[in-house]
Amino acid sequence: MLATPLPPFQLLIDEYAGDVLAVLRGAVGREGAEDCFQETFLAALRAYPRLEDARNLRGWLLTIAHRKAIDHHRARGRAPVPVAEPPEAAVEDGLPERDERLWAAVGSLPPKQRAAVALRYGSDLPHGEIAAALGCSPEAARRSLHEGLKRLRKELG
Amino acid sequence: MKTATNTAIDRFKARAAEEGLLDVAYATADSPFGPLLLAQSRRGLVRVGLPNQDPDELLGELAERVSPRVLEAPAELDEARRELDLYFEGKLDRFDLPLDWSLSNGFRLRVLRAIARIPYGQTRSYTEMARKAGNERAVRAAGTACGSNPIPLVVPCHRVLRTGGALGGYGGGLPMKRGLLELEGVLDE
Repeated sequence: MLATPLPPFQLLIDEYAGDVLAVLRGAVGREGAEDCFQETFLAALRAYPRLEDARNLRGWLLTIAHRKAIDHHRARGRAPVPVAEPPEAAVEDGLPERDERLWAAVGSLPPKQRAAVALRYGSDLPHGEIAAALGCSPEAARRSLHEGLKRLRKELG
Repeated sequence: MKTATNTAIDRFKARAAEEGLLDVAYATADSPFGPLLLAQSRRGLVRVGLPNQDPDELLGELAERVSPRVLEAPAELDEARRELDLYFEGKLDRFDLPLDWSLSNGFRLRVLRAIARIPYGQTRSYTEMARKAGNERAVRAAGTACGSNPIPLVVPCHRVLRTGGALGGYGGGLPMKRGLLELEGVLDE
């Protein structure tokens, strides 16, 4: 018997799809985010019945999203990420317009820093979970986040 | 307007269906008695939730007992919805839907299979159902089997009454049972 039964997968979509897409936009840019989103949720759905711990489903999804973002960058030979389009009039998913410029800047950070910033601010993940998602020590995660933020401040003035 | 997230979700679900990952697809359907929950496994219709039942609870149960790959996918339930619509309009007297019986077993399953063969517009007693299932004396158990019917309406447990004609019970409430029997012309409106 599982300690916590797995909820219907639909619940993961209802609760976390927006977070996953926001994090992926930060990590790979608007262009690649949709594909990575598909890959993330398909991988999650395939693995879901075998998942043994239902306590941190959000962290689990974001970990998969992060791996898919890395795959995406590898497939592109670590080419620079195309930054987001200039802001349109419409505001999507409730993200304020001025965030577009910020996310574009996040999109141009080196992969580790970008992921750390996206996980921390796009998805509000605590440091421990960022480390787990990135597969590094909390200290290294903190450093990536710090470096990323320093660059952003410089870039956005 | 559709958000980018909704578009991404729709595409994901289409791909999940293509890859055969929809272990349980569900949708809601309107009925004269209120919203129904329809859930379908790869084998067929596995669960019909009546208006007075909590959909979240039913979906949680499906996740535990059938598969946690439970996704809202209305298109998958189009045929079931179509037949139910016709039934409620009085234009369909026999459902032609594949059924998944896996939520029931033993004596209960035998009772439910017997119920599935009761024709439209006719009724049987709990005693008859107990006999058909192989144990005439298990009348109370036959009643419990009706009450636990995971696929009501399509498996027409509303057609089972007490000996003598009293309505007995119904998972969807007695007004609904009465309404269904009126629809089928068994009871006068």
